[in-house]
Amino acid sequence: MKISGRHSIQWTLVFFLTPVILWLFLLIVLPHIDLLFMSFRTEDDSGRMLWSLGNYMRFFSEPIYWLTFVRTAIYSILVTFLTFVIALPVAFYISKVTAPRFQVFLTLLLLLPFWVSELVRVYGWMILLRESGVINHFLLKLGILDRPIEMLYNDVTMIMGLVYTSMLFMVVPLIGVLDSLDDSLIEAAYDLGAGMWSILFKIIIPHAVPGIVSGSIVVFMLTLGNYLTPNLMGGKNSLWFTEQIYNQFIASFNWNQGSAFGFLLLILSSLVIWVGLRLTNQKLTRVVK
Amino acid sequence: MIRTLPNPKAYTLGFKLYIILYFSFLFAPLLVTCVLAFNDSQFPALPWKGFSLDWFFANTPSRVGIFHDQINLESIWVSARVAFFVTIFSTTVGTCAAFLFEQEEFRFKQALYFLMIAPLVIPGVILGISILVFSNSMGIFFEDSIGVDVRLLGPGFWLVVLGQFSFISTLVTLIVSARLKKFDRTLEEAAMNLGANRFEVIWHITLKFLRPAIVSGAAVAFLMSFENFNTTLFLVGPEATLPINLYLQVRDGSTPVINAISFLLIVCTSTVALANLYFSRKQE
Repeated sequence: MKISGRHSIQWTLVFFLTPVILWLFLLIVLPHIDLLFMSFRTEDDSGRMLWSLGNYMRFFSEPIYWLTFVRTAIYSILVTFLTFVIALPVAFYISKVTAPRFQVFLTLLLLLPFWVSELVRVYGWMILLRESGVINHFLLKLGILDRPIEMLYNDVTMIMGLVYTSMLFMVVPLIGVLDSLDDSLIEAAYDLGAGMWSILFKIIIPHAVPGIVSGSIVVFMLTLGNYLTPNLMGGKNSLWFTEQIYNQFIASFNWNQGSAFGFLLLILSSLVIWVGLRLTNQKLTRVVK
Repeated sequence: MIRTLPNPKAYTLGFKLYIILYFSFLFAPLLVTCVLAFNDSQFPALPWKGFSLDWFFANTPSRVGIFHDQINLESIWVSARVAFFVTIFSTTVGTCAAFLFEQEEFRFKQALYFLMIAPLVIPGVILGISILVFSNSMGIFFEDSIGVDVRLLGPGFWLVVLGQFSFISTLVTLIVSARLKKFDRTLEEAAMNLGANRFEVIWHITLKFLRPAIVSGAAVAFLMSFENFNTTLFLVGPEATLPINLYLQVRDGSTPVINAISFLLIVCTSTVALANLYFSRKQE
């Protein structure tokens, strides 16, 4: 490095730094600062813009807003947990149980559905579950039902849809950490007489913590920020907080209120991610890899 | 427990059953969507009324197949153009960022790296509204200060490109960085000893080495852009991208044309994804 001299090294730095700085400042930093400013502005009676906490006050004084917020948060945590519980056995099977020659094939099969647009996947569930849907058709044919039932537009279906949508982001990191778990540890525990559950809780899960954390962060973030699935699969009463943001921005055209909502959602998602990292003693930059 | 240990029959069988159930759960919606694209019916539902390609090729008053459906074809074209520009921009900037973080040293590198990761943990909806708000402020600023109405800053094609670019670049950076980490830097030193300057080294040696990662980053960028919904929702103008257009149709009732589009999407994205995987494995 030293041979080339200081001068040329500085030029490459400028060359690489400029586009990255432009990208991060013009599209990430400044827009979010602007969003924050916007959320502290309200219009007074004469139509002038003033600094105020009004947008945030309205969030706390209208139950419909903060209830949606709390509901979205709780459901997102529930979805993250369910995704983990369903994904762990699958990841374990692929990395430890199945014959090695099937591993690549199963992993590929696992990835495929997620390359397809989320909209197509949600649409698939809609034609399966709705009143005139495929599942109702079979249940009627088999005589299990005598009248079709509407299986869409309720919370259970919506949760299932959200779990489905974010599954991949849990399974892949889990396969990653389980691959790095030495089989001989499990063999040793087994030889010493450990049962299945104690192996699971004392060896597998502690080893998998980094994968669990990175999977959970992504799943939580994606669920919290999801708009399509709650909108198309949830019922009239299962409003998601992103829908509130959309309503403020597009329907009521109240950008200031919408900005405040957006910022609250951002704070919530950052906070949960931060707490998750703190509890397990990890760094964001390491988890993302 | 695992493949090297003796397992009870019930354990193995139960596990297999679970995996089969899981994969059925994974593929059921896609399979049903594809099959119903070929049903000879006015609705995307059973009963099966026979095989038909009407929802691809027909052009009659009661049935307009996808290849004659102007609105949907238009939105596919919009999405393809958006994805093209997002791919070009994010691959370029993402590769620069990979070089910056892997090979350069400067002050505040850690802080900037953190900022580069941030778009991955910011919900897409928030990225969308923040860019919408900021571009609107910039538009007002330009109009007030120099009296120019900058059309590009309003919701529309270029804003969608910028919005998707803002987080897809991070993905490309991570993909290219992963390969750049494995690069043997003594090769660069050798080239420099032979008289090449830093740019020549990067152009002739490092970029050659990175090519598989750059191609794979570009493929991921294209797919992510083509299917993006959350960020696009807030930035889209009169030209709807395919996911936005499909969303509006699905919300207001649906015809099997949507199944036909979905079928084509599933086939195309699977091909791109598998080809990408095949080539990146072959390289290794």
